[in-house]
Amino acid sequence: MNPLQERYSEEIAQVLSKYPADQKRSAVMPLLYIAQREHGYVSREQFAQIAEILEISATDVAEILGFYTLYHDKPEGKYRLQVCNDLPCALRGADQFLEGVCDHLGVKPGGTTQDGLVTVEAVMCLAACHRAPMFQVQSSEGIAYHEDQTVESAARLVDSWRATEVE
Amino acid sequence: MNDILLRHRQIPNLDQFPIYRQNGGFEAFKRALTSMQPDEVTDLVKASGLRGRGGAGFPTGMKWSFIDKNVFPHYVVVNADESEPGTFKDREIMESNPFQFLEGVMLCAYAVRANEAYIYLRGEFWQLAAELDKHIEYLEREGLLGEKLFGTDYSLRLYTHLGAGAYICGEETALLESLEGKLGQPRLRPPFPPSFGLYGKPTIVNNVETLANVPMILEKGADWFRGFGTEKSPGTKVFSLSGNVAKPGNYELPLGTTFRELIFEHGGGIPNGRSIKAIMPAGASSSLIVADEKALDTPMDYESVPSVGAMLGSASVIVVDDSVNMAWLINKTMHFFQHESCGKCTPCREGTFWMRHLTERIEHGQARWEDVELLNEVASNVKGKCLCALGDFSTEAVMSSIQRFRHDFEIKVLSEAPVSVDIKVSNP
Ligand code: SF4
Ligand code: FES
Repeated sequence: MNPLQERYSEEIAQVLSKYPADQKRSAVMPLLYIAQREHGYVSREQFAQIAEILEISATDVAEILGFYTLYHDKPEGKYRLQVCNDLPCALRGADQFLEGVCDHLGVKPGGTTQDGLVTVEAVMCLAACHRAPMFQVQSSEGIAYHEDQTVESAARLVDSWRATEVE
Repeated sequence: MNDILLRHRQIPNLDQFPIYRQNGGFEAFKRALTSMQPDEVTDLVKASGLRGRGGAGFPTGMKWSFIDKNVFPHYVVVNADESEPGTFKDREIMESNPFQFLEGVMLCAYAVRANEAYIYLRGEFWQLAAELDKHIEYLEREGLLGEKLFGTDYSLRLYTHLGAGAYICGEETALLESLEGKLGQPRLRPPFPPSFGLYGKPTIVNNVETLANVPMILEKGADWFRGFGTEKSPGTKVFSLSGNVAKPGNYELPLGTTFRELIFEHGGGIPNGRSIKAIMPAGASSSLIVADEKALDTPMDYESVPSVGAMLGSASVIVVDDSVNMAWLINKTMHFFQHESCGKCTPCREGTFWMRHLTERIEHGQARWEDVELLNEVASNVKGKCLCALGDFSTEAVMSSIQRFRHDFEIKVLSEAPVSVDIKVSNP
């Protein structure tokens, strides 16, 4: 049993039970989410571990990871603040909002704050266009939506993360 | 107006099982299993005239009747990969009226003789998937899902499956590939999913909104449903209204409601003293229509919208006011399509790249007039030559804006002398 399987044996068994026994490969996306949970990215060793569990090649796993935007293969900010600046949001000022958030945190889109806490990213439509400006936060706790935002409200949220870090 | 899909706005706490039950929830499912043959359910849906709400508008009952009855198992796969810029209806339905949605999935599964159904949600709907999992567990405990339901031989299981951020997975065959653990890239068709779908087995793929209609059709009958909407497009539609409008949001209205009513009566008109310039009736993959009197008075149904040079599609209406330059707008849409092209076929992969390159140049005042013509030419070379609809979609805003808002490009190109044409496309 490899380390991933050992640590999450029950959860992995539950995931596998969703798919026909001869179609284990279907579990590759859920397993990538499990592997990514602790450190916010999937390591090379974990590619191999997922591949072993599903009896596919590590290249297959890496290819899946590369195709989808919610998987990451290198460590970045603990919190990924993903601002939607796609067309409908942009019509409601999302570009200016993104710029404001970046200025406040002293980063460029795609960049990470000096303390390594927050990576700000511009992303495509998140199905919340009516509540723009908005962003989602991807972290070890999953994904959470924050809608009808202002630069101030976003800044307060980041402050609250900083406060919990200090504790 | 009686809401069908957004009933939670009239019935508080409809997302709680006991409340949904008190309002007749799951009676249709029970009645179907205990007193109707699967084909009778399909026939009723056929009679209602319900058409798919995912974009293509294909008759739902007819789709169900295509399922191959010689090969088993059958699957139902729900397309909950809502990613079209401007679309946010399925999310509200699943969040606020989840049991009606789930009952619709269950009725569809019974009708097409499937014992397993997968709900493929976009990865960003992480919290929503966790909620649906809880609801599914609850239904299992209540004996509404599982083995030998209501003492019949029918058993049914529902599962959620999270995607991970790829617009193309909303294309039904790409979605199936993704669910099989492969790259989310479209399959060559035919064969179509009702004969060759998930794991190569007969599969019905339906959108969330489509299925959420089904319990009420079973409960109140096909004639009742036909009492809404138009002859060819019965029922209501959830219009997602966004962009430069005072009250963006979801509005459930009969198909055939005019743009004017949606935008000005329900949406509160255009804010900041601006006036309306253009409408995209089907999200970012839509043609831009000039928002003149004729367009505003056009009924929003599958037959009428083409008369003003666009499609109704998913009915995600994006409003654009007169402060917006269309060269900026198409640069935004091209950014989206370039980013989301799955890369499987050359015209789309290369075409979206080149179109983005050109729109970026035009937007930054670094283009020559020929670049606008070139952009149009690239678009016309992409259109109709791609494996799936995304390729065509990428050209709609481009070609329609050059045709209908040429002046905006002239402003961009002619007012600023090209300084340099050596601009790089940022590839996020
Ligand atoms: S048209 Fe674009 S998205 Fe569709 S298969 Fe071809 S490359 Fe992929
Ligand atoms: S465009 Fe931003 S959520 Fe849709």
